[in-house]
Amino acid sequence: MTSATLPFVKRTLSNGLDVVVHEDHHVPIVAINIWYHVGSKDERPGRTGFAHLFEHLMFEGSQHHNSGYFPPLQQAGALLNGSTNADRTNYWEVVPTSAVDLALWMESDRMGYLLPALTQERFETQREVVLNERRQNYENRPYGFALMAIAAAIFPNDHPYHWLTIGSASDINAMQLDEVHDFFRTYYHASNASLALAGNIEAARGFELAEQYFGELPAGAKPQPLRPKATLEREVRLVLEDRVEMPRVYMTWHSPAMFAEDDAEMDLLADLLANGKTSRLYRTLVYEQRIALDVSAYQNSRELAGFFLLVATAAPGRSLTEIASVIDTELQRVSDEGPSVAEMERARSQTEAHFMYRLQTVGGFGGKSDQLNAYNVFCGDPAFFATDLARYQSATADGVAGAARRHLGFDRRVVLSIVPRGQHSLALPGSELVTVV
Amino acid sequence: MRVDRSRLPAIGRDPAFRFPRIVRHRLDNGLDVRTVEHHTAPVVTLVMQIEGGLGSDPHGLEGLAALTADMVDEGTGALSAIQVAEALASIGGEYDVDVGADAIAFTLTTLDRFAERGARLLADILLRPSLRETDFSRVRKLRLDRLRQLTDLPPAVAEHAFVTLMYGQHPYGHLAIGTEPALRRIELEQVSDFHARTFRPARATFALVGPMSHERLRTVAAEAFSGWRHESASAVLDGPEDIEATSSSARLAVVARSGAAQSELRMGHLSARRDTPDYSALLVMNAVLGGQFVSRINLKLREEKGYTYGARTGFDWRRGKSPFALQASVHTAATADAIRDSLSELDDLRGPRPPSDKEMSLAKASLTRGYPRNFETAQQVARSVTQLALYDLPDSYFEEFVPKVNAVEAPDVVRAAAKYVDPTRMVTLVVGDHQTIGDSLVALGLGEPQLLPVEM
Repeated sequence: MTSATLPFVKRTLSNGLDVVVHEDHHVPIVAINIWYHVGSKDERPGRTGFAHLFEHLMFEGSQHHNSGYFPPLQQAGALLNGSTNADRTNYWEVVPTSAVDLALWMESDRMGYLLPALTQERFETQREVVLNERRQNYENRPYGFALMAIAAAIFPNDHPYHWLTIGSASDINAMQLDEVHDFFRTYYHASNASLALAGNIEAARGFELAEQYFGELPAGAKPQPLRPKATLEREVRLVLEDRVEMPRVYMTWHSPAMFAEDDAEMDLLADLLANGKTSRLYRTLVYEQRIALDVSAYQNSRELAGFFLLVATAAPGRSLTEIASVIDTELQRVSDEGPSVAEMERARSQTEAHFMYRLQTVGGFGGKSDQLNAYNVFCGDPAFFATDLARYQSATADGVAGAARRHLGFDRRVVLSIVPRGQHSLALPGSELVTVV
Repeated sequence: MRVDRSRLPAIGRDPAFRFPRIVRHRLDNGLDVRTVEHHTAPVVTLVMQIEGGLGSDPHGLEGLAALTADMVDEGTGALSAIQVAEALASIGGEYDVDVGADAIAFTLTTLDRFAERGARLLADILLRPSLRETDFSRVRKLRLDRLRQLTDLPPAVAEHAFVTLMYGQHPYGHLAIGTEPALRRIELEQVSDFHARTFRPARATFALVGPMSHERLRTVAAEAFSGWRHESASAVLDGPEDIEATSSSARLAVVARSGAAQSELRMGHLSARRDTPDYSALLVMNAVLGGQFVSRINLKLREEKGYTYGARTGFDWRRGKSPFALQASVHTAATADAIRDSLSELDDLRGPRPPSDKEMSLAKASLTRGYPRNFETAQQVARSVTQLALYDLPDSYFEEFVPKVNAVEAPDVVRAAAKYVDPTRMVTLVVGDHQTIGDSLVALGLGEPQLLPVEM
């Protein structure tokens, strides 16, 4: 049996920039991937959405290439993108071997020399683009406000996860250009970044090029880590009205942070409870009783904290109350008895296969370069791939049951009902009406 | 040494790339087997593509192909639907079904050591589905409920209305999921019948891609699928591509969605078939116009005007006449302006403003220089191989792609735009807040907007 491995070489430049190189010579392409250790967790109330809006500005030009970031790279045959979440912002290009210099030149230019190119006009346009993105993906989408309501309810007002990365529209409208400058100076520099190269490139050449393009940039100060606290000691019931046909229930609990104790067990628990046709709740809710249209669960583990989310949509004419009751019964059962031998065996097979599938692409979201950066930024060690896999392989049925008992209490969760407009009565009993703007 | 930041580094010579070598075999029952040795990860992908997609849905039974495709893994032999899913999970399999206009593709990816088990399981699913009444009633109900949910999703409402506007009564004129009245009409017997007529070795292409020899891949195919019975060709379905689609005339249609934060926009008309000799020119034309980030439409609507998070154009390729369309979700207040700007961009490329050398170079480079990255994973390769079968393209297609695109010149693009993109025939559809934008739409001069119901 071949086991999944992700070999690499890592060096840190004198300015603190971590450089990780992984060689894979199958296709003549190289993935360039940069993580900045900044996300919406680093925003403050009143300025939510800032990190993501900033990400857009990184594509508008830098001092020595004072126009759009896309054209030269597209001319080189590159695929490129970026994304922001609560914990980090990433940028990547997948280029033919012939354009590695170009991509590194451009990435280093915007790391070192962004601000001189940042005009009020470019800022205003991207503010509009982001407001459009928010309307398209949240306001104009059924159930689009669910996670906003949940994050706001489960994390206290000053907690870095109290708001979603997209931010509030009024905050986005309130942002000023000088705040963008401050943000860049605080977070966008070599010592707060990690560069991964994966693909058709020799490691030595990778380090040489990294030094050449990034070595001259200042280190900058490493931002202080955040240490927020959040607990929930009761069940909170909320209802949100939306333009939807079917009521849906979202149950959310605080859960372990990324790679913390019980994190892998909660991930396994999500799958065995509610993901796919083999899961327990699919079987009871959708397949046997046919009271739900779908069910899913997710251990959303982040750097500072996690939350475990369980979602089910009611079939027409069926109530969220009966669905919630089936869910609670199953939660109780898995806490008491744990997974079966067959369930654990399937979970192990799936884990092994999924780690292997993750080794198929060098670049893009979730490709090998992105994974190496994730492990490097969050664990300080790109070799964590193997440890990560071992967490799942060594998980036991008792461990999964214990995690369920420790984290999925009925008396400390947020239960959100989303119901068709004007049909508050379809929510779980005792739910308080909330609104999201 | 300090970096020279006075200019961008030059791009080196395009690296050489060896495209996958496809080996073909034909089983005695007629099954077309195509194998590719692909040594990147210990992962194998199997794709069974069967001719007969949504375009083969009988009139009045729209959604039959997709419902059948959904039903086949709901139990086989002694296994229940849940047990089939468990068998897939036990090999870490990723199973996916794609119902296209002309074919259904079943994809199974698994670890290479499970290749044989995976193929046998796929054969059980495709050849020996139980097709039980109890599973059928559940699956059909789920799809009906899904349709109802989709009425709240503006892109889905737009896709449904648009494809109907494009094709009218033509067999391509609906989404794969079908329509509510049709789904209510479909019975299990029709699913069984569709399965019997369509799931035949002579209509199928089986691509196997993984880190093993052609011989072993062929053996995997033969062991699992030799028993697929070859039936006489009595009830062969007509291909929808041979039915002439009526060309639409220009019109403006609105699906009202009161209070919508954005307008979901579609503009297009039927254009070319996938087998058009102008295919390469159309790819370049589309890249210039709206097929990539740096394109006229996206730069205008997103980067210059800030109307949208993104706008793009493209062909929804089919064997028969395929739609060319622009799509975007635009800020409600900017709806009419976005339509006006888009029409003007579409018109400009047909002559008034031909692509510049820079645009041509950018469009061609983005299509060709990045081409090898489409062959990184077994799944990418397997799907590309079945596409060749679907459109009857030669095995040398991948090798020829880059030179063909590079041979396209600006006049070819203008000619292709003039021939295949016609603003005077453009159907414009808005799913949005009609009350707010109605007057501005009338002022576009595209005629009185025709109000369509929200339906699926």
